[in-house]
Amino acid sequence: MGERVLQLIIVGILQGSVYGLLAMGLSMQYGVCRVLNITHGEFVMLGAVLTYMLSTGLGLNPLLAPVILGPLLFGLGFLLQATLFKALKARAPSPAAFEGNGLLAAFGVLYIIEHIARITFGSTLMPSYYLADRVSFLGMDFVLNQFVTFGIALALGVAVYLFLNRSRMGKAIRATAEDPATAGLMGVNTNMILPFSFGLGALLAAVAGTLISTKTAVSTGIGFSNTVIALIVVVLGGLGSIPGSFVAGIVIGIVSMLVAGLWEPILTVPVYYAMLMVLLLVRPTGILGKK
Amino acid sequence: MDITRFVSTHKKLLLVGFLFLILIFLATFPLYAGKYDVRVLTFILIYVVLAVSWAMFSGTTGYMSLAPAAFFGLGIYAMALLQKELPFPLIIAIGGALSFAFAVLVGLVTLRLRGMYFAIFTFGLVVFMTEIVQYLETRLLGRHGQSIIPIDNDTLFYIMIGLAVVTVLITYLIRRSRWGLALLSIGGNEEAAEHMGVNTTMVKVFIFAISAAFMGAAGVIAAPVLLYVNSNIAFSVFYSFMPIFMAILGGTGVVYGPVVGAVILGYLETTLRSQLFNYFMLVFGIIMVLIILFLPSGITGLLPILRDKLKGVISKLRKENEGEPHANT
Repeated sequence: MGERVLQLIIVGILQGSVYGLLAMGLSMQYGVCRVLNITHGEFVMLGAVLTYMLSTGLGLNPLLAPVILGPLLFGLGFLLQATLFKALKARAPSPAAFEGNGLLAAFGVLYIIEHIARITFGSTLMPSYYLADRVSFLGMDFVLNQFVTFGIALALGVAVYLFLNRSRMGKAIRATAEDPATAGLMGVNTNMILPFSFGLGALLAAVAGTLISTKTAVSTGIGFSNTVIALIVVVLGGLGSIPGSFVAGIVIGIVSMLVAGLWEPILTVPVYYAMLMVLLLVRPTGILGKK
Repeated sequence: MDITRFVSTHKKLLLVGFLFLILIFLATFPLYAGKYDVRVLTFILIYVVLAVSWAMFSGTTGYMSLAPAAFFGLGIYAMALLQKELPFPLIIAIGGALSFAFAVLVGLVTLRLRGMYFAIFTFGLVVFMTEIVQYLETRLLGRHGQSIIPIDNDTLFYIMIGLAVVTVLITYLIRRSRWGLALLSIGGNEEAAEHMGVNTTMVKVFIFAISAAFMGAAGVIAAPVLLYVNSNIAFSVFYSFMPIFMAILGGTGVVYGPVVGAVILGYLETTLRSQLFNYFMLVFGIIMVLIILFLPSGITGLLPILRDKLKGVISKLRKENEGEPHANT
C-alpha cells in the first residue's frame, strides 16, 4: 500500500509538470493580455495531433516536433492577439467588459479551431505513444516517457521563468502585465509585447501537447478537458502567477493520480473542483498569487 | 395625420397590442405549421427562457455566470428520473425548485468572488456536474444515459409558451421593482450600492436563484424534446454559452433584448444544424466571434444610435431644403 501511494505520488509529480507547463501558458496570457483564453486546450490539441501527424507522415521524432509546431502555433497565438483581442480591447468600454468579451470571443475561437481540426483530421483516436518502455526506478515500475516529459517540461518551465525574470524582454512583459499604459509610456512597445506573450502562451501549450501525445493516445476532442485542467491549475496557482502555475500543476498531478489510482478515475475533476472551491473561499488569490 | 405623435402618445397601447398579436401568433401556430416547425419553435422558446433569465442576473449585475447549463441540466435530469413517478407539471415545479435550491447554495459560496473568478467558478460548475452526475448514475443506476418518454408536441409547445411568458413577465416586474434598481446599482458599483443600504448578498443570491429556477424549469420541458439524455448532453457547455450569446446579440439593456437574440440565434442554429451538419459548429464559432466583435451592445443597443443618426439625417435634409447655409463651410 505504502509503495503504491509513493509510486502514485511520483507519477503524479511527473504528470503534473505537463499540467504546470500548460497552465503557465494560460497564466501568462491572462496575466499580460487579460484574456482568459479558454481556447488554450485547443492549442494543446493542435500540438498533440500535429505531433502525431508529423511523426507518422514525415517520420519525424515526436520530441523534435515542437521545432516546427512551436513557431507555427506561436504565430497563430500572435495573430489572434494582434487582430481579434486587440480589436476587442479597443472597442470595450471598460477593462472588466474587455475581460468578459475576451472570454466569450475565445469561446467562439475554441469552436472554430476544434472543428477545423475535426474536419481536417477526423475524430479517431491516434496511437501516438513514444518511448513507452518500462523502466525501473527505486524498485518501482515506470514508463520512460514519464521521465522524459518531466525533464522537458521542467527545463522549459525554468527557461520561461528565467526569461521573464532576467531578460530585458521579460522585464518588458512583466511591466506590461503590471500596467500596460505606464509601460507604454516608459518606452515598452506594448503593441509588440502583448501578441508576443500570447504567442508564447500558445507555444507552451503546443509543447505541452507534444508531451501529452507521447504518453496517451490523442484525438481532436482532447482540447476541452485540457482547458478545464489548465483553468483549475491556473486558479489554484493564482491567476497571472507563473511559478504558482507550475507548483499548482504538480499539486493537481499528484491529486489526480491519487484519486484515479485509489478511488475512481471519473472523480478527478470533481475533486479538483472541490479543492478549487475550498481554495477560493480560504485564499481567493491562489497558492502563490499576489493580492 | 402625424404618425410619430400618435405613436408617442399611445405607446403603451401599441405595445400591448403588439404583444397580444405575438401571443395570438404563437397560440395558433400549431394549427397551420408542421410538426417539425412546432418542435423548432418549442426549442427557440426554451432558449428565450434561458437567455432572458441569464440576462436577468448577469446582464444587470455584470457577474458573468457561465452556469446556465448546470441548472438547465438539473431540470433535464429531474425529468429523466421522475418521468414515471410524477405528473409533468409537478416535475416542472420540482425542476425549478431544485435549481433554485442549488443556486442558493452556489450563490452563497461564489457570489463573493468578483470578475473572472466568478466566471471560472461557474464554468467549472458545469464540468463538475457532468462528471459527478455520470459517476452517480453509473454507480447507483448502473447505466449512463436514458431515453425520455415523448410528450405530445402541441402540449409541450403550449406549456413552453406559458413558461416563456411567465419568465419575461417576472423579469419585467423585477426590473421595475426595488430589486431591479438594486441589481443595476450592483452592476454600476457594488461597494457604493452596499454603502447606500442595499443588501447586496441577499439581492444577488436571490435573483441568481430565481434565474436558475427558470432555467431548471426549462430543462424539464427540454427533456422530452431531446428524447435521449445523458450527462454530456444535459450538462453541455453549449447550453451555457448559447443563452449568453443570445442575450448579448439581442442586448441586455432591455427585457426584450434577449428574446430577440434568442429567436435569431435559435432559428439560425436549427437551420444551420440541418443544412451544414459537419460545418455547423465551425460556422457557429465564427458567428459567435462576430457578435462579440461587432455587436457587443446588442441589436437593441444599436436602435438608439440608429434613431439618432436617422434624426440627424432628417434634420440635415430639412435644413438643406430650407436653403439654410451650413454653419461651418
